[in-house]
Amino acid sequence: MDERELVVVGGGPAGMAAALAAGAAGVKDILLLERDQHLGGILNQCIHPGFGLHRFKEELTGPEYADRFVKQVTKTPSIEVSLRSFVVKLTSNMKISYLRPGALEEVQAKSVILATGCRERTREMIPIPGTRPSGIYPAGLAQKMINMEGWIPGKEAVIVGSGDIGLIMARRMALEGMKVKAVIEIQKQSRGLARNVAQCLDDYGIPLYLSHKIARIEGADRVEKVVVAAVDDAFCEKPGTRFELSCDTVLISVGLIPENELLEMAGAQVDRKTNTPVAAEVNRTSIRGMFACGNACKVYDLVDSVTRDSEKAGQMAAQFLKEGK
Amino acid sequence: MYHNYELMPTIERYDAIIVGAGVTGAAIARELSKYKLRVLLLEKEAEPAFGVSKSNSGIIHAGTQNHPDSLKGRLCVAGNKLIREISAELGVHFVEVGQLIVVFDEADVAELDRIKREGEELGIKDMQIVRRDWLSLYEPNLGSEIVAALYVPSAGIISPYRLVYDLTENAVKNGVVLKTSHRVAGIRRLSGGPYRFEVEAAGSKYQTRFLINAAGLFADKVSAMVGVTDFKITPRKGEEYLLDKKREHIANHLVFPLPTPTSKGILIIKTSDGNPMIGPTARDTGDRSDLATTEEGLNEVLAGARRMMPSIERGDIIAYFAGLRPAAGKDFIIRHETAVPGFVNVAGIQSPGLTAAPAIATMVVGILHGNGLVLTPKKNFHSTREKTTHLFEIPLSKTRELIQKDPSYGDIVCRCEMVSAKEIREAIRRGARTMDGIKFRTRAQAGRCHGGFCTTRIMKIMQEELGMTVEEITKRGEGSELVREERRHG
Repeated sequence: MDERELVVVGGGPAGMAAALAAGAAGVKDILLLERDQHLGGILNQCIHPGFGLHRFKEELTGPEYADRFVKQVTKTPSIEVSLRSFVVKLTSNMKISYLRPGALEEVQAKSVILATGCRERTREMIPIPGTRPSGIYPAGLAQKMINMEGWIPGKEAVIVGSGDIGLIMARRMALEGMKVKAVIEIQKQSRGLARNVAQCLDDYGIPLYLSHKIARIEGADRVEKVVVAAVDDAFCEKPGTRFELSCDTVLISVGLIPENELLEMAGAQVDRKTNTPVAAEVNRTSIRGMFACGNACKVYDLVDSVTRDSEKAGQMAAQFLKEGK
Repeated sequence: MYHNYELMPTIERYDAIIVGAGVTGAAIARELSKYKLRVLLLEKEAEPAFGVSKSNSGIIHAGTQNHPDSLKGRLCVAGNKLIREISAELGVHFVEVGQLIVVFDEADVAELDRIKREGEELGIKDMQIVRRDWLSLYEPNLGSEIVAALYVPSAGIISPYRLVYDLTENAVKNGVVLKTSHRVAGIRRLSGGPYRFEVEAAGSKYQTRFLINAAGLFADKVSAMVGVTDFKITPRKGEEYLLDKKREHIANHLVFPLPTPTSKGILIIKTSDGNPMIGPTARDTGDRSDLATTEEGLNEVLAGARRMMPSIERGDIIAYFAGLRPAAGKDFIIRHETAVPGFVNVAGIQSPGLTAAPAIATMVVGILHGNGLVLTPKKNFHSTREKTTHLFEIPLSKTRELIQKDPSYGDIVCRCEMVSAKEIREAIRRGARTMDGIKFRTRAQAGRCHGGFCTTRIMKIMQEELGMTVEEITKRGEGSELVREERRHG
């Protein structure tokens, strides 16, 4: 079996920062596993600017931000990158099995950093009653379709939830010629950054309905309309406030959930509500020598903070390998 | 008016046409494919199983809670035996997990006794009333208020859509012609010749000696096309909620409460995919297309399930859907219509229709034979099909062997359910034409992220395999396209 000092799972901003920091702290033998065919993770689909203001004191797009780290990773001799590599098993004593086209690989690590990111909360988790036609997308999926593939999902959209991805996508769809009819937010204020509300909604005349929810999605084959209603302080529907918006596309942007299924498989404690590792300190888990960083550890607003904290995870792993703590 | 002879439509002729490729129609088609017959299976949706069958709970019932004299009871018990043979032949995953009908009140134990006696009359074996000590040992997550249960070991689970796909695939391999997106628009009775019906669907005409109506929710409409109008389908909606696979082992059995007059109640259902399911509700609806879930439905299902297993939480739910039961009175309607010779109605096939399907098929073939269809067994009937591989069902050691044979088993497309590119391509080669068809066959997009990560990759594979443009890809047939426009560069 292959043996490694450190295996980092996930080649997004968190995994790359952690691997680089571990390398800089003297770890000689690092394997970085990424399931996609490129490093960079979700940054690759974030083609809007606003990344790097803290880290680099300049405004970069997602791919530009990622590229700065990809370049460093590829020229760091202590880091070996394995792309299209999907971890299927992780044990508490840090044995990892992963699939890649053509092989099932097994590797014994001395330390593991999980930088597996997060997934989007879905319509099913809110949950929104109604039918289940085509045209309902998690906002991040719509972002990937439009930015990575050039696939325009529909003509008229309503966005559920005012998280940053939803706001960014409101502007993105408007720029692509779609009519964005509304952003519906159940809370009293937007969940996204104030700058995104201004730059993505206000500048494009897209209405934001606060203290409103989608009461129903309608449509047989493709979305035809949504029923919107105002809610009270307890998020219960206020009678007599319903109105309809016709649309063929509904984007769901109602938050992110850390992906910690591997950590759970290894037997570490994971909070059932937040799906985050249960540990005394950021980046640690309940298993010694196993670390978590980036959005897998907690959901961040800014990638700059992900980089900062993930570097600490890399240093922690290096310290563990050196001193056993 | 055809001036050019070559443009004149030729009429295809069959010995039997089956309307509807749900589990009933598919089982009949497969049974008929054992004989030297020309058989056509017509389906209005883009793929088989897209009507009633796709929303089935996947329970293979033992046969309890049916009247001993009913078709339902008799065919359910017979089907429970036949389904084991069929799943072995077709490589469908069937597991005999057993069923518990639980009671909260000592006074209800008498009702369990009654269900047991009725079941025994139908020939159901090895049932026993079990008490708290047994339950604590074998079903530890049950609520503490449950005092006893009827244990019915012969109940099991299967994937309802994969059963339909595999039956259909095997029927087609044995010569049955399947035409999807073929809604029956009209039926004309013919006189004088051996062909008694002319069926119009998707702009073409098909003649047949025998016509079998397995049209599910639309069985009364199809029947009315030949003038038989003495039954009506009254759809009864059921909402079901799927739990995260992490909760796979919350129950070891199918857990039922005592039934009500209209339904078997809110159940905790093990599924062959691993995710437990809770539901279904039971509400009559006048609308044959009403597949909406509701807030009341969710609350009713959660309350019902939590009453039996309090540790089930709202946050465990990852998916939900509604289905319609094609109810037509109390019992199944399976009969040759003497007023319309050659026409067989197979209607009102609601629960336990999935279990009964193989027995219904045998019965229908018997009815056809009794009314003049000559059955000559084929010498070269292919009774088996190669089992579809699902990585989520097999150990890693087996996965390693598969990857050595075909590297694309190592190319994971759906991370939540661990589905490889190979499995997606295989599903398409076996007939999947839509995103839902791929989901039902492989489970890709069916997990906790709901396709958030894998949708675009699956769409690309579909384009490669089927030569479609991205605008042509649908969720479940025409009208459910996913992308309005592709921005082409260059």
